[in-house]
Amino acid sequence: MTERFRWFTFAAPARFHALAGRLIPWLWAAAAPLAAAGLYMGFFVAPTDAQQGESYRIIFIHVPAAWMSMVIYLAMAFWAAVGWMFNARMAFMLAHALAPTGALFTFLALWTGALWGKPAWGTWWVWDARLTSELILLFLYLGYIALVAAIDDVRRGDRAGALLAIVGAVNIPIIYFSVRWWNTLHQGATITMTAAPKMATTMLTAMLLMTFAFWAYTFAVVFMRARALVLERESHADWVRDLATRSRTREEQS
Amino acid sequence: MRDLFLAVYLRDLRLALRRRVETLMPVAFFVVTASLFPLGVGPEPQVLRQLAPGLAWVCALLAAMLSVSQLFASDFADGSLEQMLLTGRSAVVIAAAKSAAHWTLSGLPLIAAAPLLGLLFDVHRDALGALLVSLLLGTPVLSLLGAVGAALTLGLRSAGVLLLLLVLPLTIPALIFGTGAVAAVDAGLSPGGHFSILGALLILTALTAPVATAAALRISLE
Repeated sequence: MTERFRWFTFAAPARFHALAGRLIPWLWAAAAPLAAAGLYMGFFVAPTDAQQGESYRIIFIHVPAAWMSMVIYLAMAFWAAVGWMFNARMAFMLAHALAPTGALFTFLALWTGALWGKPAWGTWWVWDARLTSELILLFLYLGYIALVAAIDDVRRGDRAGALLAIVGAVNIPIIYFSVRWWNTLHQGATITMTAAPKMATTMLTAMLLMTFAFWAYTFAVVFMRARALVLERESHADWVRDLATRSRTREEQS
Repeated sequence: MRDLFLAVYLRDLRLALRRRVETLMPVAFFVVTASLFPLGVGPEPQVLRQLAPGLAWVCALLAAMLSVSQLFASDFADGSLEQMLLTGRSAVVIAAAKSAAHWTLSGLPLIAAAPLLGLLFDVHRDALGALLVSLLLGTPVLSLLGAVGAALTLGLRSAGVLLLLLVLPLTIPALIFGTGAVAAVDAGLSPGGHFSILGALLILTALTAPVATAAALRISLE
């Protein structure tokens, strides 16, 4: 390795396309067994909860999904900021690719929360601090997706979406704090780890397995979406045309 | 800088004076929407008194979003917005002046109409005072954040609904603390903490929102 490692090597769409294409099969290969192991441990191995019985098992999907929903928003805002600062096309495309997956996990966290809330609290929905802030997060994702989709000009869509993602990220700590004060007025139910009986190791392992599975899934899906975006936007470039001819000749040969 | 601010601000006020009916639309919307609730929820004074602060805030929020979508639209259509940005003067000051004009034209009338709402909904005098102060601190936040959304959605299809989707999540803290102040008074507590947080929100948005609006305007006019 005589050549110095360069930070922007994979900022070139063509190189990113090639790298992501090589990584995606491995990421899927990691996600599937991790999810299978995590679900098996969570649903069959982990002990029944002393207080909540079997219904608590939904946390093996719920908690990792909630984590992912927040991490993905921060990642999206990060790439939006990078794209803004360096005018990097690839960063904008990554931000776009992250948004639908983030919205999916937010929705999943809300939905599984409702499914858990029905047996545990006797209601599908409470205007509790956590639930409300997660709902706002979903609105932020949907707003970003809708704004980018409404703008036909790619450059304007990139930059407008990035601005919104960054502004929304500023709001996240505000939501967090407002939520604490709101809760002192509305003494509602809260979901905290400390309130539950001490967590068994198998439970923790299952949850971590699911988290890693979700991470691998996110990377795989986001890379696939980003690759599609790259091809769409670079369709005028030579390397995309080469790629298309090569795949066509391969089809004709087979 | 002050000259620029005043020039843009007064220009918007003067323009609004020439279209008085249009200018009164947000207040009309506010009052009409609020007066629908007793019909929908039922006329029990106890229930209405409890609903009043949240209702006033939500209606104020919707009225602000309704009017803010027009903040840049006509200037954008006739090209004067582009001219303003081309002068090389600070776009942040222009954005701040236009937000301030929007607040003067939509926020202040709402605050003036709020006592009427208090009368209709039989709100306590102390609670009404808290509501007025919370609206006074909170409605500028709505105008400032709304300007960001209006600049982002400038000239887009279905800009109005998009604006709602973009801006409403950002205004939720103001809504929480605005109604929280009234609830605190109702519970016999001091609303001071809520007012402080609303004030902090106002300062924060006043410092950041015009910058974001200016950036969004540049993107939209590229």
